[in-house]
Amino acid sequence: MIYSTSPGAIAIFAFFVLSVLALSFFLGKRARSVSGYFAAHGQIPWAVNGIAFAGDYLSAASFLGICGLIAFYGYDGFLYSIGYLAGWIVALFVIAEPIKRLGKYTFADALDAKFNSRGIKLTAAISTLIVSVFYLIPQMVGAGALITPLLGLPHWMGVIMVGVTVTLIVVTAGMVSTTWVQFIKGSLLVLFCAVLTLMILNRGFHTTATNNDPANRPFRILSEAEVLATGEPVAALGEWAGRPYIRMHSPDGTITAWRKIVGPSGKYSEAQMLVNTAKGVLVNGKPQTLDNDLHSVGTLASLPDGKTDTGPLGPLSFLHTLNESTVVTWTKETIKDADGSTTTVFYQVPRKGSDLLTPGASPTFSGVRSKDPWKKLDFLSLMLALFAGTASLPHILIRYYTVKDAAAARKSTLMGIAAIGFFYILTLYLGLGAMTSGSLDPGDSNMSAPLLAKSFNPTLFAIISAIAFTTVLGTVSGLMMAGAGAVAHDLMETLFKVKMDERSKVRHAKSAAIGLGIGAMVLGILFKSLNVSFLVGWAFNIAASANLPALVMLLFWKRTTAKGISAAVFVGMLSSLTWILLSAQCFKDVYGLDPKSSPVPFSQPALVTIPLGFIVLIVVSLVTSKPRAE
Amino acid sequence: MSQPPPADVSPGSARTAHHARIGIVLFAIYVVLYAGFMFLAAFRPELMDTPTPFGSVNLAIMYGMGLILAALVLAVVYIFLCRMESREPREPKP
Repeated sequence: MIYSTSPGAIAIFAFFVLSVLALSFFLGKRARSVSGYFAAHGQIPWAVNGIAFAGDYLSAASFLGICGLIAFYGYDGFLYSIGYLAGWIVALFVIAEPIKRLGKYTFADALDAKFNSRGIKLTAAISTLIVSVFYLIPQMVGAGALITPLLGLPHWMGVIMVGVTVTLIVVTAGMVSTTWVQFIKGSLLVLFCAVLTLMILNRGFHTTATNNDPANRPFRILSEAEVLATGEPVAALGEWAGRPYIRMHSPDGTITAWRKIVGPSGKYSEAQMLVNTAKGVLVNGKPQTLDNDLHSVGTLASLPDGKTDTGPLGPLSFLHTLNESTVVTWTKETIKDADGSTTTVFYQVPRKGSDLLTPGASPTFSGVRSKDPWKKLDFLSLMLALFAGTASLPHILIRYYTVKDAAAARKSTLMGIAAIGFFYILTLYLGLGAMTSGSLDPGDSNMSAPLLAKSFNPTLFAIISAIAFTTVLGTVSGLMMAGAGAVAHDLMETLFKVKMDERSKVRHAKSAAIGLGIGAMVLGILFKSLNVSFLVGWAFNIAASANLPALVMLLFWKRTTAKGISAAVFVGMLSSLTWILLSAQCFKDVYGLDPKSSPVPFSQPALVTIPLGFIVLIVVSLVTSKPRAE
Repeated sequence: MSQPPPADVSPGSARTAHHARIGIVLFAIYVVLYAGFMFLAAFRPELMDTPTPFGSVNLAIMYGMGLILAALVLAVVYIFLCRMESREPREPKP
């Protein structure tokens, strides 16, 4: 869909960016020493650090991606919320205290505290950079993808705006400004999502479209004879032949697609068509404009007991009512035309609420409802990666160095769990609210949350849009701090023995941040057309496979050796990366090949590569350990 | 690659060792809850539609929300136990 520019969103976003930059320059003098730049002197209050955890962790993928998944497929998006939150248990109970005790500025510090090994520093720094880059790409592409509909600017401008702003934040005051940016972003995100959820509950459910969008209207269901009476049928050539569609050319020049409903009724439901031709984009046969665009979707076909309006609902009755209702969801199919153009048909699929509120309604998780054991393992493997990955993400781990002691580390994790857990519960209401708001863009699930806000009023849309965009700032600045630390502190000083005093170390870290910022902008523009949301899942898999076995065994197995740790990080990283590059998901989404030709049995590697990391560490440690003195 | 003799960085004091033990026990409790959820979703998905006593909301949603709340409750318990332990007088070192 084409979106008109929202001056309110631009104003709020500009205000936020300018405030953040002013704050960063103001805080700059507090970050001149190494400990100030990398760890904010360890003086961040635990409550602020806890909310900053939320600002660091809740990326655009969490906010827009999960809300969009729930809006389109129901419960399956919530599975990500559950897995992402569960990962904090590993962080709190296993990792937080030792990381705080052992490390100083980076993840490699903690891993190498016992050994002073260049091998560990090298592998841990590379792992940090790989995980951070995998996490960074979707954030940057997301910034570009958001800016067009939200602020009406081209993709590259969104990437450059985020890249330059974040680089300035990280260069001016390092971890000090990063922390405060994340704190502000985390607070705003949770607060406004709570407000939006209250508005959803207060609105309840209606069987008619609930927003004031003139593009919104009911979609017809007609018999074949009634469809054929609407105009002249278009010949089914090319891939259209044999498909369950009738396309009708109306006297006013529009072309409407109708899809035959599965079942004995023989009726056809009205669909929508987006055609990409060499000359431009057509919507239902006419050029795409603000006035001729895809209609917003997402309505209820029926409520329990024949009601048409529920009025305000409580948190539990909201879920129970939806469970007993029928929702009109939309799905899409791409068809190549005989003239080389590509048509995307969006069509209605009425589904029972109970079907949408249990696992397995989305293509990603449909395996749990199948009998194929590999698909079930794929699901378990992803849930394991989400559980084990959080506590292995370098940009999360370095936040433990910004508080003063282990007790503050524990309390800030509790604060983080409270804020993040509350937000993830809200995602369920936001997603389901969007699903039934009548305001969904059938072609872009990522816009579900901002469009939900728009269904209430334009000001809320402007606020939520600006928050969505600034969400990227908080996460990217954390990732760049982790990367800058890995380059300046681990690689240059320890590995390559570059002599640095306090000032030059901070200068090198700032140079690394500028380099990373430029790299992030280039990647964000290069990967523009790729659907990159799955990269976050991959980052979790790689982080969990490379870092978790080494961290856990270092803490709990006294016979762990330096070579064992290096080998585990290296093998975990390489095996998970190789598995991902050979996976069906990568074949389909990145190479454009037949996913069936993938040589690995399921896409998510964690179930295999995390145990592999442990085995490699144990075997190498046993082989390289010195005989114990009796 | 030089390798100095390993320093002992395993839980240094009695207090940190005790914290680690509390952490592992609470972690194990959560793993059981999380694994139960995953296996139910993967191998008995039909049970996820069962209504619960909480406003007849189905098991999938209540178990999912329960996991989020359980994380918070266990985190509070952990911090409480660590604080209790810190207030007790520590044993004199030999």
